[in-house]
Amino acid sequence: MSHAIRMRAAVKRFGPITAVAGLDLDVPIGTCVGLLGPNGAGKSTTMRMLTAQAIADEGELDVLGHRLPAESKAARARMGVVPQLDNLDTTLTVEQNLLVFSHLYRVKHSERAGAIERALEIANLGERRKSKVDELSGGMRRRLLIARALVHEPELVLLDEPTVGLDPQVRQELWALIDRLRSEGTSILMSTHYIEEAERLADTVVVMAEGKAVARGRPAELVVQHAGRQAVEVYGPPQRLREVEDDARSRGWATRRTGTSVTILRAETLDGHAPDGERRPANLEDVFVLLTGEEVA
Amino acid sequence: MAATTTTAAEPRRLDRPALTGVLVREIVNFSSYWRSTTFSSTVEPTIYLLAFGFGFGSLVSTVAGFDYVDYVGTGTVATAVLFSSVFPAMFGTFVKYKFQRTYDAILAAPVDAEELVTGEALWIAARAGTYGCVPLLVAMVFGLSPSWGMLTVPFIAFLTGLGGACFGILIAAIMKSIENFNYVTSIVITPMMLVAGTYFPISGLPEWAQVLAQFNPLYHCVQLVRDAVFGFHGWHDLYHVGALTLFAVICWRLAIRYMERKLID
Repeated sequence: MSHAIRMRAAVKRFGPITAVAGLDLDVPIGTCVGLLGPNGAGKSTTMRMLTAQAIADEGELDVLGHRLPAESKAARARMGVVPQLDNLDTTLTVEQNLLVFSHLYRVKHSERAGAIERALEIANLGERRKSKVDELSGGMRRRLLIARALVHEPELVLLDEPTVGLDPQVRQELWALIDRLRSEGTSILMSTHYIEEAERLADTVVVMAEGKAVARGRPAELVVQHAGRQAVEVYGPPQRLREVEDDARSRGWATRRTGTSVTILRAETLDGHAPDGERRPANLEDVFVLLTGEEVA
Repeated sequence: MAATTTTAAEPRRLDRPALTGVLVREIVNFSSYWRSTTFSSTVEPTIYLLAFGFGFGSLVSTVAGFDYVDYVGTGTVATAVLFSSVFPAMFGTFVKYKFQRTYDAILAAPVDAEELVTGEALWIAARAGTYGCVPLLVAMVFGLSPSWGMLTVPFIAFLTGLGGACFGILIAAIMKSIENFNYVTSIVITPMMLVAGTYFPISGLPEWAQVLAQFNPLYHCVQLVRDAVFGFHGWHDLYHVGALTLFAVICWRLAIRYMERKLID
C-alpha cells in the first residue's frame, strides 16, 4: 500500500447538481496534500465521501487499503477527521470529550489514559482539561477538535478547512500543530481556501474548481507552470487599471484583477514591455485565481 | 505518529465497541444533566398521580375493581415511559443531528447509522426503564401494596421505552423542522396517552377506539404493568409483550432506515 487515499473518477451528485465531477485524488503515505479551491468547489463533499458520509455515485475509493463504502468502518477506525464546523459536546469538559472519542475510536482500556494525555499534550490543553468546552476560546476549541481526531493515533487525518474563521495568530498555532503531525509521518488531506495554508503545509496541492481537479503538483511547481516566475502589479485609479488590462489583453498577456491593482503574470517573458509597477515573485494565489476564476479569501 | 499499516477486517454490523462508544457518550453527557432530567421525570408523574388520584379519586373510589389510586399509579408508568422516551428521542435526535452536528462527529468514527440509532435507543430505553418505575414508588407511598411482580416493571418499561425511543428517532428523522413535532404530539402522542387505559378503562370508549387501542403500545404497557402488580394473566400478557416487541422492532428498523437517509448523502 503506497497511498493513504486513492480516488479514481469519483462522482457525487445532489439532484441536478454535480458536486464532485470525476475527481482523481492520491495521498501518498506520509505526505500532506492540500485540497485548494473556492467555496462550492466540492472539497467538503470529497471529504465526506472519504468517511462514507457521502456515497459516491461513480468511481473507486480506497482509504488505507480499504475499499469504500463497503469497508468504510475499518478505514474510519484508522483515520481521524477534523470537521469544518465545531461539533464538540459543549457541556462536557475537554477531558470528557477526549474520553468519549477514545471509546468511539476503540482505544484499548489499558491505553486510554495515555491516549488522552498525549492528545492533551499535542493540543497544548493540559491545563484546561477540566474546563468545559463552553469556556474555551475559538482557538482552543479548534485545537480540541484536532486532539479529538488524534486520540487513537490515526495513520491518516482529514482536515476540513482547519483554520477557517480564526484570527491569524491562532491560525499560525494550528499550522505548527499540523506541521508537527506531518513531520511525524501522519498522512494528511487538508481542504482549504487559504492559499498561505496550502503553500506552507502541503507537500502537493490539488486545485479544485466545479468538482474537478484543475491542477496538481508541488506548490512551487504549480506557480512556475501556471503563473511564471514573476508578476508585475500595477496600481492606479480604475480608469488606469482598465487601460492596463485592455493593453495586456491585446498583447496576449495573462492578467488578474486584485481589487486595487492589476497583476500581469509571467513578467519575466515580457522583454521590458511590461508597464511600470511593483515586481514580485509569482505565487500560488496567482495560480488559484487563474485556474478557478475566483478572488481569494 | 502513524502507528500501523496493517489492514484490519471490516467490523461486523452492530458490533459491541461501536454501541459502547455511543452509550459512553450518552452516559458521560448524562452526568452533566441528570439532576434536571431526574427532577422532571419524578415530579411530572407525581403531579399526574396526585391530580388524578386525589382529584378524580375523590369522585371515584374504584375503577375496574381496583382502588383508583392503585389504578392510576400503575397506569401512570406508561405516561412516565412516554415522557422519558418519545420526547427525549424526538428532540434530542433532532438537536444532535441539526444543531449540534453530533452525529456527523460520531459517523466519522467507526460507527454506522444502525449502531448509532441502536445505541441511542438503548440508552433512552434504559432511562425509561428506570424513570418508569417512579410512579409505582410514589403510588406505594400512597398505599399501593408491594408485590413480587413489580420487579418486572423495569423490564416492561424498558421494552416500551425502546419502542418509544425508536418511534421518537423515526419522527426526528422524518420531520424537516422541530416545529413539525407539534403535529405528531397532537395527532399521535396525546391520543396515545389518553386511549391507553391509564386514567380510565378503555371499555367505556366506543368500539372503534377499543380496536385502535390494540395498536397503541402504551395500552399494552399499562395492561402489562397492572398484571405485573396485581397478578399475571398468562397468554394475555404474552400477547402484550409480543405487541410491544413488534412495535419496537418495526420502529427500530424504520428509524435506522430514515436516519441513514438523513445522515448519509
